[in-house]
Amino acid sequence: MAERSPATRRTLWLVLSLVFAFLYIPIAVLVALSFNQGGLPTVWSGFSLKWYASLAGNAAILSAALNTLIVALVSTAIATLLGTLLAIGVEMRRQYGRGLEALIFAPMIIPDIVLAIALLSFFSLLDFTLGLHTIILAHVVFNLAFVCSVVRARLKSFDWSIVEASADLGASAITTFRRVTLPVILPAVVAGALLAFTLSVDEFIIAFFTSGAGRASTTLPMQIYSMIRFGITPEINALATIVMAVSITALTLSQRLNRGVIGQ
Amino acid sequence: MAPALAWLTGLMVVPCALVLALAFFRRGIYGGIEYTFTLENFGLVFDPLYAGIFLNSARIAGTATLIAVVIGYAAAYAIAAAPRRLQPVFLFFAVLPFWSNYLIRTYAWIVLLNREGLITQLLRWFGYTGEPPSMLYTEGAVIAGLVYNYLPFVILACYAPLSRLNPELAEASRDLGASAMTTFRRVILPLTVPGIAAGAVFVFVLSIGNFVTPALLGGGRFQMIGNLVYDQFLTANDWPFGAALAMALIAIMLLVLTAQALAADRAAGRIAEAKGGADG
Repeated sequence: MAERSPATRRTLWLVLSLVFAFLYIPIAVLVALSFNQGGLPTVWSGFSLKWYASLAGNAAILSAALNTLIVALVSTAIATLLGTLLAIGVEMRRQYGRGLEALIFAPMIIPDIVLAIALLSFFSLLDFTLGLHTIILAHVVFNLAFVCSVVRARLKSFDWSIVEASADLGASAITTFRRVTLPVILPAVVAGALLAFTLSVDEFIIAFFTSGAGRASTTLPMQIYSMIRFGITPEINALATIVMAVSITALTLSQRLNRGVIGQ
Repeated sequence: MAPALAWLTGLMVVPCALVLALAFFRRGIYGGIEYTFTLENFGLVFDPLYAGIFLNSARIAGTATLIAVVIGYAAAYAIAAAPRRLQPVFLFFAVLPFWSNYLIRTYAWIVLLNREGLITQLLRWFGYTGEPPSMLYTEGAVIAGLVYNYLPFVILACYAPLSRLNPELAEASRDLGASAMTTFRRVILPLTVPGIAAGAVFVFVLSIGNFVTPALLGGGRFQMIGNLVYDQFLTANDWPFGAALAMALIAIMLLVLTAQALAADRAAGRIAEAKGGADG
């Protein structure tokens, strides 16, 4: 942009500082208080790791964490496989209708609560027992859409003639995929998987509706939600800090592998 | 691609169609669904009691949208004006909080706003001795939570057109005697409307159907459409009415998205016109 007067420049820096303060102060306070020694959740009384230690001894949280991990790993694996194949199928044809496009984008646009109640109604109409498996089925729906869009972005610049060349040289479709297509799109596939994994770990509303009653299928966000409703404790602060660190790390990695796709 | 499409059809299209169908049935006497066709669920949506909640949601979502757009646009403008090499860094840190769990980001505001939270303590530190101000469980808290959660997206949406802006346009406007304010209002702002609209739609659509933020930061005192849908499905056991409410939510969303598409078209037209004028 054009050169600016010092006063304008100062104003711009001020705006930026205020916005970053607004974005980071709430998180910083939360993280700081997770290392707070005292039992009071908001008054500082010295550094301590005891709330992290107490998390490690909390059976409900550990079981919720395990459930979350199972849901995230299984749904990510299924979604990565299906989403990648879908992306290749769609991009190879070039000619695809708006209906197909809408079908692929819909899970990213439909409000969570609508998809959640739709799946709840559907499962209960079929007399399907709710549990971890229904959460997994549900998570694949939106994970699939995200993986597909990340892989498609990569395929936009893919040179399909090398696939033809591979076929001309006598490679089977599977060999071509394994030795030609996959290596090219692998960074996007991994980025998509990391994105799916994080979305699945963080997802609350759909899991909440499709998990059924009982603690057996409680996931971490559900556990966090019920803890928050009971009031604030340093233990939630510690748990929140860990979850936040995990998602931010996974997504930063994903972003590095596939520059700029998430933001779009 | 067939298995993926089957998955999407079986676990998205069919369930969503089912919700649409549910909305036309009657609620059974003991909960459950009675399979007789009726339109009364949609009628109930317009009942003053529920219409009030719709208006309330729209007001809260609208206020959050307005605030988020003002702050987000200012931030995007400041980032776009920063030195080139710093812009990606700022943008990265602007979006980073957005990558953490929604519940946690909302919870951070409970920590901040509660009676013994940072704000109360700061006030004490400055010599305030009275009762701690009640900030949590207010409409303001709900709005703050919504703005906080969706602000990064507005920054991103507004930054895109601002960073692509041709600096010569602003220079030309100034050379022609326009003040900085006039240049902003008549040159920069119109050219960045598509970004603003995209960001605004995002905040509004996600806010109006939200039930987590009103439940946590509003303490359940501020019902929004999302909370109503939640209640009908998990508490009142009136699925047909809940389904009708969800359909109303989708209708609002489509309406807003259509309006945005129209605004984007008009803006694109205006930009093309401006370019044509410059060439001719």
